[in-house]
Amino acid sequence: MSQTTLIVGLDGSDAGTRALDFAKARAKLIGDCRIMLVYVIEWSPFSFQTAEENDKRHARREEELNLAHERVLDPAVKATQAEGCTVEGIVKHGDVADILESLAKTHGASQIIVGRMGERGIKERLFGGVTGRLVAASSVPITIIP
Amino acid sequence: MKRFITSGIAATALSLPTLAAAQEAVSFEQKVNDVFAGSTGWFVNLIFMNLPGTSFPWIVLWLVVAASIFTIYFGFIQIKAFGHAISLVKGDYSDPNDAGEVSHFQALTTALSGTVGLGNIAGVAVAVGIGGPGATFWMVVAGLLGMASKFTECTLGVKYRNEYPDGTVSGGPMYYMVKGFKERNLPGGRFLAIVFSIFTIGGALGGGNMFQANQAHAQITQITGDFSGLITGSIFAVVVFMVIVGGIKSIASVTEKVVPFMGVMYVIAALMILIVNYDQIGWAFGQIFAGAFTGLGVAGGFVGALIQGFKRAAFSNEAGVGSAAIAHSAVRTKEPVTEGVVSLLEPFIDTVVICTMTALVITISGVLVWDPQAGTYLLNEAGTAIRTTDGSSGVALTSAAFASGFSWFPYVLAVAVILFAFSTMISWSYYGLKAWTYLFGEGKTTELIFKLIFCFFIIVGAAAQLGSVIDFSDAMIFAMAVVNITALYCLMPIVKREMNSYFDRLKSGEIVKHKH
Repeated sequence: MSQTTLIVGLDGSDAGTRALDFAKARAKLIGDCRIMLVYVIEWSPFSFQTAEENDKRHARREEELNLAHERVLDPAVKATQAEGCTVEGIVKHGDVADILESLAKTHGASQIIVGRMGERGIKERLFGGVTGRLVAASSVPITIIP
Repeated sequence: MKRFITSGIAATALSLPTLAAAQEAVSFEQKVNDVFAGSTGWFVNLIFMNLPGTSFPWIVLWLVVAASIFTIYFGFIQIKAFGHAISLVKGDYSDPNDAGEVSHFQALTTALSGTVGLGNIAGVAVAVGIGGPGATFWMVVAGLLGMASKFTECTLGVKYRNEYPDGTVSGGPMYYMVKGFKERNLPGGRFLAIVFSIFTIGGALGGGNMFQANQAHAQITQITGDFSGLITGSIFAVVVFMVIVGGIKSIASVTEKVVPFMGVMYVIAALMILIVNYDQIGWAFGQIFAGAFTGLGVAGGFVGALIQGFKRAAFSNEAGVGSAAIAHSAVRTKEPVTEGVVSLLEPFIDTVVICTMTALVITISGVLVWDPQAGTYLLNEAGTAIRTTDGSSGVALTSAAFASGFSWFPYVLAVAVILFAFSTMISWSYYGLKAWTYLFGEGKTTELIFKLIFCFFIIVGAAAQLGSVIDFSDAMIFAMAVVNITALYCLMPIVKREMNSYFDRLKSGEIVKHKH
């Protein structure tokens, strides 16, 4: 026991990268520390879809997961490992605030670190008004990196 | 088989313009109608043949008997599993690790957007117009029983769907007919699948297409005044073409978002009219119950009310038809029964809630002409339907009924009808396509051929008259039910096994809710 877990929300933006840099600096100070990099693909089970979208959904999901790994998560994990930190990468579909919060709970994280603004673009818009909701709902301290 | 279908369609496609050009004196619409009624009449007659010595079509009995058998065989699953269906839709039992896959909610709403539509607005008006308010009672009964048929077919649809290496899925009756029959060592699965696919293509072009275009045009002309159905048909055809061939997803996704909103609006408007006329609700229910057993002097009497109610319910919620099994099969679940359970909400929402609203509004609004002295409804001159205050029928009758409460409602209804028609067309183009690719194989060219035929029939549907279109649409959709229900009878022991296993595990606590 006593390994500290930091959860970092990534979205492929500069703010996300700054959040990761901040986490790396903390991790080095703490010593026995694990960084969990989380990329959330915004998705709701209560959206409306056409039958054609439904039958291609499984394939699309795989594609989205691969893309998130390829473009954002894997490079970040590699770079963090190279600096000698213990790191783990997770991609999930759902609501950003909900997922970061539930991961923090299940993994007993000591804090969540996120960038303030996400980037509209590449895949999905990530943090936008979401940070506020996360702050309101979270059970652990949150650090927001401007 | 392949050659027969292709040449048949080609012949229809060719004969329409040639005939129209040869006799310019006769309007194109009239020509379309004649050719159409002439070439489909025999099939319509076969499907709606009366039982010997009665005026009761065998097909209606077929559907009701099937729904009743499923209801009893599965131990009133529609009542037993109703609450569980709602918690499944809420996602209580969804594995969080499957997030991003098609949810129960999405499968249900997709299937609903294919069934909630003109059946609920125009179809009910036809039923009440011919069968009187009593038809509503039988419609609700058919809706409640139909929930068990839906459960059966959707469980099978998920269980026997095809999952391809690229991650896409194809499901539906043709797949459970082939695979399920093989599992039970029954002959004829492949044959049934082929026949079912042919009827599905017919149903897609009929009820899923021409009927929609026809009624959308009727609704538009009621507001703008009469103009050629060719114009409406062509516009619809172009927009549908852009979506299904051009892949312009934005149009489809806008529709998918607006349609549920329209559905809710429709129910709210109906409720408001009912609230305003609250003092007549008791009377309306009285009419419905009395009419259900006596007919109150409508065309065909008690049997007329019964037939109309059952027919319209089946046409509206499509229980036993097999179309829903195609729509529901994309859901991500390890338990096929869960999707069956979710699907039983469909006839409930579609028929028991929305259709009943329409029927109540029509009854209360007084658009049907009542003879207070005789205590019955008056028939029109031909004696085929109840006389209406403005002589309208179908969607126009619903429109008139709602207008008695809100004068501006026909405009809203016109928008709703167009959107419903559009979303139903998109859904059915998918069902038809699945049947088509089952017959002719998947491939860009074969798919394109079907999509072009589909768009062409939109124009035909908008130009033809209601009677022949509605007959053909009904006939095709019921023909699907003949084949599908035959298969359901053969495969229902499999569903029962799955159902018992699932509910046992649910009871024992092996299947638990996921915390969210």
